[in-house]
Amino acid sequence: MTITKFTQVVFTACCAVLFTSLAVASVVNVENYGYPITDRFEATVIGTPTEFEANLPKRIPFKEKRITIFPDRVTPDVFFYDSELIYSVALQKHDAPLIFLIAGTGAAHNGSKNRNMAKAFYQAGFHVVSISSPTFNNFVTAASTTGVVGHAEKDAEDLYRVMEMIWAELKPDITATSFNLTGYSLGGFNAAFVSKLDEERKSFNFKNVLLINPPVSIYSSISLLDRMIQNIPGGVDNFDKFADDLIHGYTSVYKESTDAVGDDFLYKAYKAMGLKDEQLAALIGTSFRISSSSLVFTSDVMADYGYIKPKGLLLDRNSDLSVYKNVSVRLGFTDYYHEFFYPYYEADYPGQDRDDVIAAISLKSITDYLRSAKKITVMHNADDVILEPGQIDFFRDVFGDRATIYPHGGHCGNMNYRDNVVHMVAAFVDGGNQ
Amino acid sequence: MSQFLLRTSILVLAMSFVGCSSGPTPQPQVTDYPEPVFSAKRLLPPDNADITAVYDPWQGMNRRIYIFNYHFDQMVFLPVVRGYETVVPGVARTGVHNFFNNFEDVSTMLNSILQLSPNKFFQSSGRVVVNSTVGLFGLLDVASKMEIPRPEEDFGQTLGYWGVAQGPYLVIPFLGPSNLRDGLGKIPDAYVQSALKDEVLSDPVNLGATILYPIDTRANTAFYYYQNGSAFEYEMVRWLFSTKREVDVIQ
Repeated sequence: MTITKFTQVVFTACCAVLFTSLAVASVVNVENYGYPITDRFEATVIGTPTEFEANLPKRIPFKEKRITIFPDRVTPDVFFYDSELIYSVALQKHDAPLIFLIAGTGAAHNGSKNRNMAKAFYQAGFHVVSISSPTFNNFVTAASTTGVVGHAEKDAEDLYRVMEMIWAELKPDITATSFNLTGYSLGGFNAAFVSKLDEERKSFNFKNVLLINPPVSIYSSISLLDRMIQNIPGGVDNFDKFADDLIHGYTSVYKESTDAVGDDFLYKAYKAMGLKDEQLAALIGTSFRISSSSLVFTSDVMADYGYIKPKGLLLDRNSDLSVYKNVSVRLGFTDYYHEFFYPYYEADYPGQDRDDVIAAISLKSITDYLRSAKKITVMHNADDVILEPGQIDFFRDVFGDRATIYPHGGHCGNMNYRDNVVHMVAAFVDGGNQ
Repeated sequence: MSQFLLRTSILVLAMSFVGCSSGPTPQPQVTDYPEPVFSAKRLLPPDNADITAVYDPWQGMNRRIYIFNYHFDQMVFLPVVRGYETVVPGVARTGVHNFFNNFEDVSTMLNSILQLSPNKFFQSSGRVVVNSTVGLFGLLDVASKMEIPRPEEDFGQTLGYWGVAQGPYLVIPFLGPSNLRDGLGKIPDAYVQSALKDEVLSDPVNLGATILYPIDTRANTAFYYYQNGSAFEYEMVRWLFSTKREVDVIQ
């Protein structure tokens, strides 16, 4: 155990050193890059300290809206509250370019990262439409065709349908001078596939698309995240204990304990607990596990697959879900791909084995498109914790100078840093596709 | 002595509640269905003690009240709060919030005495004195500007201090998550608040305060039902609330 842990720490340290040196070689503004946190786990958890944040408006007219995507769908009673898709908009009073934002894994349309992006783009004069990740419960229930999410093309189709329907609602009231698209983390990955789909469907003809900290391969990234759980003192069997300790620390500092289920949990738990470095990976893993467990259960109910809930058993709004919660937090997202996702879609891929199908959920499967689509730019970090060693080179290779790789920032930690916000907006205002 | 009486009466009440509660909804038997890929039997260690479990013998009733509260929130509470936030400017809303906080500080003061905590007593009474005078009847929170800490102690915590356990989890109509101890604890706190307001506020102001209090409380609670991305919201909120109250008593 100790040896494994030691190896991990050494490995992590080596990676960090390697990443940083690689980055120094190819990033233009390395020496001037002022994002203050150089540890990749710390950056991922803490994000951007206030004094380094971009100067964004405190309030924008960010309004929540609801839309029915499948009028004929009967929502399972246990999710009676999730029959409509919830999204949010911040609209200009005049003609303006429109930008769609796609949230990251398990995150909502109004999560803190999307809210900040909405502020930046609204301030820059865009109509903003913010959409939850296809892995967010509400999306799975209200807008996913199969309920079994994490499929590159099918998620893109679901997102595209949602965007078209939202635009049909907004169209009578506003004029969009162009359509644009961005997303962070899994949302960035989704954006790439949505952009490709748009080349065929042409509903939007996106002008510019920005991918922020996307994974290359979903499976390899979730494997990394799943493995972070092993940093929990005592291993996965101590998950509940670790989570309970976190909540104890958290609630001793914050007035509203219920915030802990929201997306600022990482940061607040970190602040409250004063966690040590090796615990940070455990914290990231735990947070990911809490959202993936909820997603997996939702998918299981929607598809009635019999993954953790017995097939055919109808749960209602009064059902006790404790046992499903306890089972699902013990399962990795990788288990979902092996034991649920692949068997579910197996028939669609005759002659391909499990590993091939899962490995194909990757930006590599659309390399040719990404190479040729000049409208797509990338903002990434060389030390992103969801990338395996060397994976960052995929972006350098495929996107060339359309990829900006910052030397540090972890996974999305620098998204709110002032230079990154400027970069984000510039990618659309005076970016690639004039 | 009175603590003892209270403890006893709560115990008796608790037991009578248990006797007449409806219990959880009768579930379809899981054994009637094929075993899922990952069943509890396969995955959970046999000696697994569920740390997130909370004593919830009235789950059936609690879940129904939880859902009622959600509907009430959607249809009444939130629209009223939105109207309030549209009509009343931010400065005035902050004033209203400070005003109620000042009254709650009095409750903290009394509970600090009952918890034999001179620190919290001096902090809360200091706040009341400063805010009621310099702070213009509590409309301005001068005490916080002077960096006087704001402890929050209610009668539920006082009972906890004297060793009364949380008892069964309880979702209270309109108010939300609680437990038997804290739910009953709300009664003396509410009594003190209303007696105090009757004493110091003129009738029309008191009426206004009665109407505004729940609106102000909701406006300052950043919780929205079924929007946090957890499919297990009832279980999560129950666990978080109970942990929070446990920590509140220790602090």
